[in-house]
Amino acid sequence: MDLHTIADVRDARRREPWRPGDAWLGGGTYLFSEPQPHLRRLVDLSRMGWEPLVRHEDGSLEIAATCTIAQLSRYGRRLLEAPAAPLFEQCCRAFLASFKIWNMATVGGNLCNGLPAGPMISLATALDGTCLLQAQDGSLRGVKVVDFITGAGRKDLAEGELLRSVTLPGRALECRTAFRQASLYGLGRSGALVIGTLDPADGSLAVTVTAATTRPFRFWFPLPPDADRLRTAIDSAVAPAEWFDDIHGLPEWRRHMALRLAEEVRRELATPDGTQEGAR
Amino acid sequence: MSFDIQVNGRPFDTEPRAGQCLRTYLRERGWFGVKKGCDAGDCGACTVHVDGEPVHSCLYPAVRAEGRSVTTVEGLASRDGELHPVQQRFLDAQGYQCGFCTAGFLMTTAALEAERDTAQDDGKLDDLPRAFKGNICRCTGYRAIEDAVRGVRHTERPCAGKAVGRNVGAPAGPQVVTGTARYTFDVEVPGLLHMKLLRSPHPHARILAIDAAAALRVSGVVAVLTHEDAPGTLYSSARHEHPTEDPDDTRVLDDVVRYVGQRVAAVVADSEQAAEEGCRRIEVTYEELPYVTDPEEAMRPGAPVIHAGKGPGVRIARVENNIAGEVHGEIGSVEDGFAEADVVYEETFRTQRVQHASLETHGCVAYFEPKEDGTGERLTVRSSTQTPFLTRRALCALYGLPEDEVRVVAGRVGGGFGGKQEMLTEDIVTLAALKLRRPVKLEYTRAEQFYGATTRHPFTIGIKVGAREDGTLTAVQMRVVSDTGAYGNHGPAVMFHSVGESFAVYRAPHKKVDAFSVYTNVVPAGAFRGYGLGQVTFAVESVMDELARRLGMDPLVFREKNVIGPGESLHSPIGEEDDLHIASYGLDQCLSVVRKAIAEDRSAEEAPEGWLIGQGTGMAMIATGPPGGHYADARVSLLEDGTYDIAVGTAEFGNGTTTVHQQITAGALNTTEDRLAVRQSDTDVVRHDTGAFGSAGTVVAGKAVLLAATALAERLRTLAARHTGAARHLCVLGAESVDCAGRLVTLKELYEAGHALGAADELSADGHWGGSPRSVAFNAQWFRLAVDPATGEIRILRSVHAADAGKVVNPMQCRGQVEGGVAQALGATLFENVRTDERGEVTTAAFRRYRLPQYADVPRTEVHFTETSDAIGPLGAKSMSESPFNPVAPAFANALRDATGIRFTELPVTRDRVWLALDRKARNIGR
Repeated sequence: MDLHTIADVRDARRREPWRPGDAWLGGGTYLFSEPQPHLRRLVDLSRMGWEPLVRHEDGSLEIAATCTIAQLSRYGRRLLEAPAAPLFEQCCRAFLASFKIWNMATVGGNLCNGLPAGPMISLATALDGTCLLQAQDGSLRGVKVVDFITGAGRKDLAEGELLRSVTLPGRALECRTAFRQASLYGLGRSGALVIGTLDPADGSLAVTVTAATTRPFRFWFPLPPDADRLRTAIDSAVAPAEWFDDIHGLPEWRRHMALRLAEEVRRELATPDGTQEGAR
Repeated sequence: MSFDIQVNGRPFDTEPRAGQCLRTYLRERGWFGVKKGCDAGDCGACTVHVDGEPVHSCLYPAVRAEGRSVTTVEGLASRDGELHPVQQRFLDAQGYQCGFCTAGFLMTTAALEAERDTAQDDGKLDDLPRAFKGNICRCTGYRAIEDAVRGVRHTERPCAGKAVGRNVGAPAGPQVVTGTARYTFDVEVPGLLHMKLLRSPHPHARILAIDAAAALRVSGVVAVLTHEDAPGTLYSSARHEHPTEDPDDTRVLDDVVRYVGQRVAAVVADSEQAAEEGCRRIEVTYEELPYVTDPEEAMRPGAPVIHAGKGPGVRIARVENNIAGEVHGEIGSVEDGFAEADVVYEETFRTQRVQHASLETHGCVAYFEPKEDGTGERLTVRSSTQTPFLTRRALCALYGLPEDEVRVVAGRVGGGFGGKQEMLTEDIVTLAALKLRRPVKLEYTRAEQFYGATTRHPFTIGIKVGAREDGTLTAVQMRVVSDTGAYGNHGPAVMFHSVGESFAVYRAPHKKVDAFSVYTNVVPAGAFRGYGLGQVTFAVESVMDELARRLGMDPLVFREKNVIGPGESLHSPIGEEDDLHIASYGLDQCLSVVRKAIAEDRSAEEAPEGWLIGQGTGMAMIATGPPGGHYADARVSLLEDGTYDIAVGTAEFGNGTTTVHQQITAGALNTTEDRLAVRQSDTDVVRHDTGAFGSAGTVVAGKAVLLAATALAERLRTLAARHTGAARHLCVLGAESVDCAGRLVTLKELYEAGHALGAADELSADGHWGGSPRSVAFNAQWFRLAVDPATGEIRILRSVHAADAGKVVNPMQCRGQVEGGVAQALGATLFENVRTDERGEVTTAAFRRYRLPQYADVPRTEVHFTETSDAIGPLGAKSMSESPFNPVAPAFANALRDATGIRFTELPVTRDRVWLALDRKARNIGR
């Protein structure tokens, strides 16, 4: 929709001083979807020229904040040669939004919106990602995605601070992954999204719970736990008020689904063929 | 700074505003095929291609389109006008109804076809639920869209005189698929001013002062209108043939606001931007008043009185108890009836607030044009309305204008579903236009549709039924509370209708009702497809199913034993309706369709292991028109070029009545539909038309058209006989000419002859129908479901619908009405819910917060028509627009009961609630 209070669009390359009423313009798919009467200027990131996806020598993958979902989907389907590659497309498809939105929406925008159902948050948390943040004075800091999101729509981001990229370590990309999603509707917004990653290097298992909770939770086990331990770990870590309560699912159902999907993920990864209980 | 952009191969260089999206940039350049459905990226109606990539143009920053090439639906066909294959397929399958979403589906499908077999192809075209995640159609239920994408052809071109009963395509089809059909806002009006509304933040407050000085200082703001500018007249926003059906409780702008979202002031400016800024600058001083948002509480003594001070003249039943309308009645004695019963079952059912969600929002454009007789100007209001004539009448009453000074016209309307049987924008836009003598437009946002329009009435239905051991009903009693919100528009009428046919369809010696339409400080409810029947049918059909189970009877057998039969009279405890008859009876056939489906059904085998399986039926009866008269005038004329003109008042919003009117006329005049043009929904074209509501498009307006066309056929034969001297009974009307005992007189020649003979009047004929007497139509819905007890997920294994529409004039379109009704009802059954908070404020004012049925949600429904022919309806036809909605929710709930053993009494039945109920049941049993 038209944002009537916007008086100017500035090119972010100019690095002009941040003013109250400024907002970073990534893909625009959130900004233009709701009235933003508090905003006066948009600082456009589309000409930054950041390489959308860079595979570094250490095997890590740096995803620019401006990388579109469509670019990420194509990369995951066609270019990334890593065991965790299928997870990219699974998370893209977990978007409520149409594939047409993928052509504009950015990875950084999804992270910075901080919504519980943000599937890029799920992906980047599960793959142990780290955000690179740039303050207005140019200083950089890194923060784990799991810590970047602090609540529903809340994130560790200062006024004018910019999410530059998110980096997924090479070791995470080598993991075998399992993905589960539940929604109240067919192909709808996630009410619970659980991802498991099994690290072949040491056999450790991480289970990431998102969408059901107000913020992402990542549970790491040196070895795959049994069903009870996994359940207890999740249930004791997520406080009752942290099971998300909104129109896309009752908290009781979200908790039930998260625990259930976590167990499915555990089973899938705890055994080589993923079909039955492991004997470890 | 220069700007350049190519749109459909044409260069444009106007620089966009900083915060402008591509959608409005394109529309401002005249590309009206780009539609606003949600303006938030959810519905896809604004889909365009930017450098070949499909995007939602409402989210696309216009400044980013610099240097790019944009294709809209207008640019899809080749330059010489040959349709794109996707356009042709949507035309052939009639993959649309109102057509407002169609450009989005076309542009999405075309992009996917272009992507086919390229490196980008990820299989979406083989996976339509995923491909159409971001495209919402409110009308069709998606089957027709699937057929269009897959290249299934449905439309036919029958030969002369054979159109009735065939799948004639909608006449607007070519315009719909090329983006050239003109909807309400698809017009350029020079000097147009824009209106934005300031809305109340309080559920109930008195306005003490409004300071508009700062607003008026905003550059571009022309006027601010407040209650001081508005007439003191009380009226209802509801539109009925008889305005006395609704309480007069509304002012254009009031000094008391009664719900969060009620309009407080209107700002008129030379841009939406300035008008919006003006709204932000208005300072209002409120005195907050106590409020009540629950209808039961609202009726209790001591509750805040929402319409305090309004006298008996406004027809509010009991002002002091917040009761807009009520009805109480008893046939026999239910007390005796329950005493006679072997089984008595009692339960309370609740239905939620639902939004119509027509993809075109409310709004209108008012402008002045010279009167035809040259005596000055008159006001023309182009509105997204189902009732142009009634709206003109209301505007004239409100502003003291003679009818010849106001014209109300509807373009193609982008969906209605009852929501546009209401005057929600024309009143205030007219106020501004009259005051400023300038053209003014008000176009609702999608959010305003939720908090500033109307909803379906939420109902609470306490119902008690008794039956003998042999399955004979002894008594039915209901206490119905309908929440009409802050205003009573349609409130009492919906309440009356809700307990009419729903009671009458079951035979029981003792019936009793107490029904209330109650004011609360919440967004008003209004007319909605089914008009109250669907809510009460949910309760009635649920309890009949439950009662049968308790008696150990097959619910179908139980129904067959207790439903009214052909020739019986209709008894409701609210009294008889003299003009309502069973002029054709297809209920037995409807139930047979269900019985046959159950017998042959093997879909349970498709259920995943461990899932619970169940089946259930719901049925409903509906009168084929509203009570108290529903009028239509029509005129059919032979034109100079030998074609015909049909003038009819009713509006087209995808209901397909225009096609039906053509077919009826083609049959009567023994011609083909390409020789017939329809002019419609304009107060200029005929004397009067009550409007496109109450499923009246075929049975009322269609009957008027039939009378006019039949009369014209007779006149033309008489004229031909006079012209040729042949015996009248030997003159046979054909598509091109009249065969006068072997001599062919072309229709052009006949036209000339008419004038030459001084019989020009004989070249036209009028038809009129008053909508009475009325018949009844029947529907039955059957589902087989599978339910995952571990997650609450429900899969519809099979959906079968039987419709008694009498003689079906256009099976393709009628099937579309049924499928669309079932899909809309499934939305209301499964997830649609306008939620409000403790202050009555709507919290779900966007499609991402208010789930509409999407492609992935809607199963294919098998539609069966009964073999009936109605003695009242035109050519034996009956109405079939609202009624398919009504049996769906109870059929679903009954199937869910069958599968889970749990009776769900509250809608919607979302997965989380189903799981929760199953989990509680399992744990209780385990204890």
